[in-house]
Amino acid sequence: MKKYIIEVKNLVAKYGEKIVLDDISVNIKAGEITVILGSSGCGKTTLLKNILRLYEPYSGSVKIFDQEVTTMDEPEYNLILKKIGVLFQGGALLNSISVGENLAIPLEQHTKLPDVIKDRIINLKLELVNLAHAKYLKPSELSGGMEKRVALARAITLDPDLLFCDEPSAGLDPITSADLDRLILNLKEKLNMAIVIVTHELASIHRIADSIIFLHKGKMLYHGSLEAAEEANIPEITEFFETGKFD
Amino acid sequence: MNFEEPLNKETIPLLMQQLDKLNASNIDIFDFKQVERVDSSGVVFIEYLHSRFVNAEFINISSDIDFTLQTFKSDLDEKIIEPVKPGFFENAGDIIYKTLEQSKEVMYLVSDILYWSIVGIFNHKGQRKDAVAQQMLLIGIDAIPIIGLLSFILGLILSLQSAAQLHQFGADIYLADLISVTMITEMGPMLTAIMVSGRSGSAIASEIATMTVTEEIDALKMMALNPIRFVVVPKFHAMTLCMPLLVTLSMFVGVLGGAIIGSYYLNIAPGLFWSRVFAISSLRNFTIAIGKSIVFSWVIVIIGVYYGLNVKGGAEGVGKVTTASVVASIFWIIVLDAINSLIFYY
Ligand SMILES: Nc1ncnc2c1ncn2[C@@H]1O[C@H](COP(=O)(O)OP(=O)(O)OP(=O)(O)O)[C@@H](O)[C@H]1O
Ligand SMILES: [Mg+2]
Repeated sequence: MKKYIIEVKNLVAKYGEKIVLDDISVNIKAGEITVILGSSGCGKTTLLKNILRLYEPYSGSVKIFDQEVTTMDEPEYNLILKKIGVLFQGGALLNSISVGENLAIPLEQHTKLPDVIKDRIINLKLELVNLAHAKYLKPSELSGGMEKRVALARAITLDPDLLFCDEPSAGLDPITSADLDRLILNLKEKLNMAIVIVTHELASIHRIADSIIFLHKGKMLYHGSLEAAEEANIPEITEFFETGKFD
Repeated sequence: MNFEEPLNKETIPLLMQQLDKLNASNIDIFDFKQVERVDSSGVVFIEYLHSRFVNAEFINISSDIDFTLQTFKSDLDEKIIEPVKPGFFENAGDIIYKTLEQSKEVMYLVSDILYWSIVGIFNHKGQRKDAVAQQMLLIGIDAIPIIGLLSFILGLILSLQSAAQLHQFGADIYLADLISVTMITEMGPMLTAIMVSGRSGSAIASEIATMTVTEEIDALKMMALNPIRFVVVPKFHAMTLCMPLLVTLSMFVGVLGGAIIGSYYLNIAPGLFWSRVFAISSLRNFTIAIGKSIVFSWVIVIIGVYYGLNVKGGAEGVGKVTTASVVASIFWIIVLDAINSLIFYY
């Protein structure tokens, strides 16, 4: 069995003429938590969206579960999506329907489970993020942090093999954020999920990261373990970690 | 030159005036002895002095001020490059290029929407239950009062204006001909299309634009839901069903306005008026009108969706595309209406 779940080769991404990702090659291991970090605007979200085919890469190749996805047709890619959960930076809950219905969408889309079972799965996932009471609320009635947590619940309704989280803990208080990290660690250990997370929170990085990818101005400066990164003497990375200890 | 006050946004305008009165060459020392504080305009002022009086000496700068100067400097490590404004020809070429590009995208979108809405008639997978009914309520039922009222008023006005003219020639009964032809071939479809594009076209554009900027569309794609199927097709179906009904309503109510004017102003008995209306109205005209109103409804949806999906930026972008979509759909409705008249009535 191959141990890489995502293989990105020579990925270049552009917005118009502007190069946002410059020749990124990276392999992400199964069953690990990989943290993508880098300063604001360096291209983290863009990298995720190019991997997930939401943007068409300018050039390069992306393999997920050993299959080339950049050239794949839609029905085939939908099968892959079944095994992927995504938490977007802003939550991206569908605003016209309730929290419970939001969680029901992936279940309806990808499974033929009877309604009773679906309903219990929804309850279970909401319970995981401590929001069972919010089931019948509309997303507009939630706070920012609650929206994030519901969005995480939606991303894991199908127990995906691969979970992407774009800044899950931004805007959360330290306690909720630690709870979230615990949940993420559980997902990795109990369900053997591979998780790719974009985050700036140093505390969170230390708690969860198995390996880190450091982006700087569209280039990948480092990929490897956190400990090695702190000793690698790459000025940008040292600065990133040192500044965090500012006070 | 001695500075005697703190250098800040209050004192600098005066200092600049004084400097302008002096000749550049005759200052060679700036003394900062009495300057205790500078703010960021002071920093920029000192930088400006440096560049204007290259040979001057700057003395007695306290360590405090020096620290401020080091902290705030307008001279960045990274140069900010102002984007070059394209020239006339570049602009013109860009517009042509973009228009071609746009038409290609619109064509793709149209085929996508048509394909999925045909599939969607038979297969409801990837759509929410009741979505069509919900949209019909929003697009159709909710629009009845306003479209009814406006068509009625329009019918009244049109017949009042023409009644006066017709009466002079003793051609009173022709009011029925006039108003039914106008309402059925032109005013009914046109007025309804414009109202619907203002009400629902704008709603479609802004809803989809908001979903795009809040990544909801991306989230749908990641759940393997086709956004066209999930969001657009119900609207497309609802629009296709509602538009002909709204247009028929508009025609009927407009003619009703005519009948009222006829009976009160020209003393035409309602029975006579209506029998004349049905005698003159041909099924052909009615069918053409309904046909074009369906096309209008598609134009409204497609333009709304196109603008919504191509939104740039946040809240401001949503506002912009909403306006643009309404303008564009009214434009195309009128153009298509003209083409329709040329084809069928020329
Ligand atoms: N739709 C777009 N059009 C043009 N440029 C864009 C667009 N989206 C992002 N960019 C640019 O691409 C660069 C990378 O953006 P991206 O969203 O990937 O950053 P990020 O690393 O996720 O930042 P953050 O931590 O703030 O979320 C930025 O410099 C931004 O200006
Ligand atoms: Mg981002």
